[in-house]
Amino acid sequence: MTATKTIRTDYLARVEGEGGMLVKMRGGTVTDVKLRIYEPPRFFEAFLRGRPFTEAPDITARICGICPVAYQMSSCLAMESIAGAEVGGQLRALRRLLYCGEWIESHTLHVYMLHAPDFLGLASAVELAQTSPELVERALRLKKIGNDVMRVVGGREVHPINVRVGGWYSVPSKAQLQALVPDLEWALEASRETVRLVAGLQFPSFEQDVELVALDADGEYPIDRGSRLISSRGLDFPIEEFYDRVEELHVEHSNALHAVLRGRGAYLVGPCARHALHGHLLSPQAREAAAEVGLEPVVRNPFRSIVVRAVEVVHACEEALRLIAAYEPPAEPAVAVAPRAGIGHGASEAPRGVLYHRYRLADDGSIVDAKIVPPTSQNQRSIEDDLFAFVTENAGLPDDELRHRCEQAIRNYDPCISCATHFLTLEVERT
Amino acid sequence: MRKPKLAVWKFSSCDGCQLSLLDCEDELLEVAGAVEIAYFLEASSATVKGPYDLVLVEGSITTPHDAERIHQIRRSAKTLVSIGACATTGGIQALRNFAHVGEFVSAVYAHPDYISTLRKSTAIADHVPVDFELQGCPINKAQLLEVAGALLAGRRPNVPRHSVCVECKSAGVPCVMVSRGIACLGPVTQAGCGALCPLYARGCFGCFGPKDQPNLAALPSVPMPTAFREVNFR
Repeated sequence: MTATKTIRTDYLARVEGEGGMLVKMRGGTVTDVKLRIYEPPRFFEAFLRGRPFTEAPDITARICGICPVAYQMSSCLAMESIAGAEVGGQLRALRRLLYCGEWIESHTLHVYMLHAPDFLGLASAVELAQTSPELVERALRLKKIGNDVMRVVGGREVHPINVRVGGWYSVPSKAQLQALVPDLEWALEASRETVRLVAGLQFPSFEQDVELVALDADGEYPIDRGSRLISSRGLDFPIEEFYDRVEELHVEHSNALHAVLRGRGAYLVGPCARHALHGHLLSPQAREAAAEVGLEPVVRNPFRSIVVRAVEVVHACEEALRLIAAYEPPAEPAVAVAPRAGIGHGASEAPRGVLYHRYRLADDGSIVDAKIVPPTSQNQRSIEDDLFAFVTENAGLPDDELRHRCEQAIRNYDPCISCATHFLTLEVERT
Repeated sequence: MRKPKLAVWKFSSCDGCQLSLLDCEDELLEVAGAVEIAYFLEASSATVKGPYDLVLVEGSITTPHDAERIHQIRRSAKTLVSIGACATTGGIQALRNFAHVGEFVSAVYAHPDYISTLRKSTAIADHVPVDFELQGCPINKAQLLEVAGALLAGRRPNVPRHSVCVECKSAGVPCVMVSRGIACLGPVTQAGCGALCPLYARGCFGCFGPKDQPNLAALPSVPMPTAFREVNFR
């Protein structure tokens, strides 16, 4: 008789939202791997219908408390493209600055508090604080500076209130932004230290060859916007063609749809994809930090994504300083955006990867339909592929260690399960 | 003395309110020293069994399974606090409560049979007794620390029950309705944000939910002559 074995984690820790993992093995062979997402569906796309286009940034922000800025930016861009409005100059610079704040906060949270404990064999950053309080203090201060940027520009760190279609409700003074500079200068140093720290961790040897996809932002490292998507295997298409290239599959074990490239299969978005495709566009200190620790130009080992995240924090700090130095308060806080019928697309780079929105509006600017594809649903297939390959290669490990390693393999992607599970558009009554 | 045990549970939500606890950067290590973080999956993979002295619940009830789970959690909790708009009102996903089921059924959808969900999104207090409700989307993290500290010390939390208008007055923000002719929900909205939207020249959109006994009938009758939109009283 062949022995069968099941490894499962019912509630994954240190991820955003609720998901579990199931690995089935027969003998030494993996027969099934599932990232189970049972975070309940919230039907955002359904209840956006009929609401004014101006409400999309505030409503979609509520999909995710960790990356609300990404939702606000992608929805604003989509609405502005329908109206033919261009949010440029300092209005756009402020958006990029707000987004830098979110990257610093979200990446620091993940690097130090969600991911690093895995490498150190600890349960949490609170445990880490007992042995290395200086590390946790650095993490908290760095994270707080990201939050400070969001608070000054956006009003608050979770669900900022200052973002609107067309720009802002009010813009900060030069002095308000200048006040952030000393902290951001400290943060830039601290983020370089972070890169050195995480590059010294022990990484399991494991590589995956998956198609990497990121926004292309016309010569900038992509953050707050991008008009095309490009891939490591030569794809290059405008975001308007998203649904011609990507297909969403509904699978039984997940309350989130799986996105795959039509005719190509699984793909990966996020820090490793951005770095592989646009590493040469990182800020000078970020490139220096990457070179100093010998970061490979294309990171194929998902466990090493922590180093890429740390490098992106350096970039976000330096970029924030650059934006503040060049800041002149714009005369008007927003450009006018008139309601108009049409279909609009918007995409930006959430900390976890490409976040795509598509809206169709009626003449009066009310939303006829909405489509939102968050990064985690695009990465789900790759995460399962990783688990399958990883367990196959490491089938000999004791169960507990294997389970721990599998959980870590999932956390490599900083999955945001709250995000991934918002977009099923049908409600079934079973009461 | 034994440290009080803290647990944080999540239902249907965006994670933002429990993130507010991790966003208490200046206080987090002190909190971790004062209480035993016994169950907080977003922050730690180590879990300790109940009963718990203080349980924070984020999110609304939207599935049959969750409607069961909240009862187990209540049984394990000495004190239970629901945090945020989802947990205290059903949250933004409660917009489904006003929709017609027939309209949803006709929507295009691959495998409806894979999904298990309730027709309505409801507050925690609709299912179990709740010791304190902290409103906000997201909650104010200073209020969270106040509520947790107060309940663990056995005193009543100091969370003012007035409207956002009072916060505008104490912050010295001119009324956006009167001075700018901007529609504002401040008069009927629970305080706690610090009059954030008016500070940013925006009308309150009610993310802290209704205050106690809001005078909703008076709100639409607030005089708003067209001319006000053109006049700047400052």
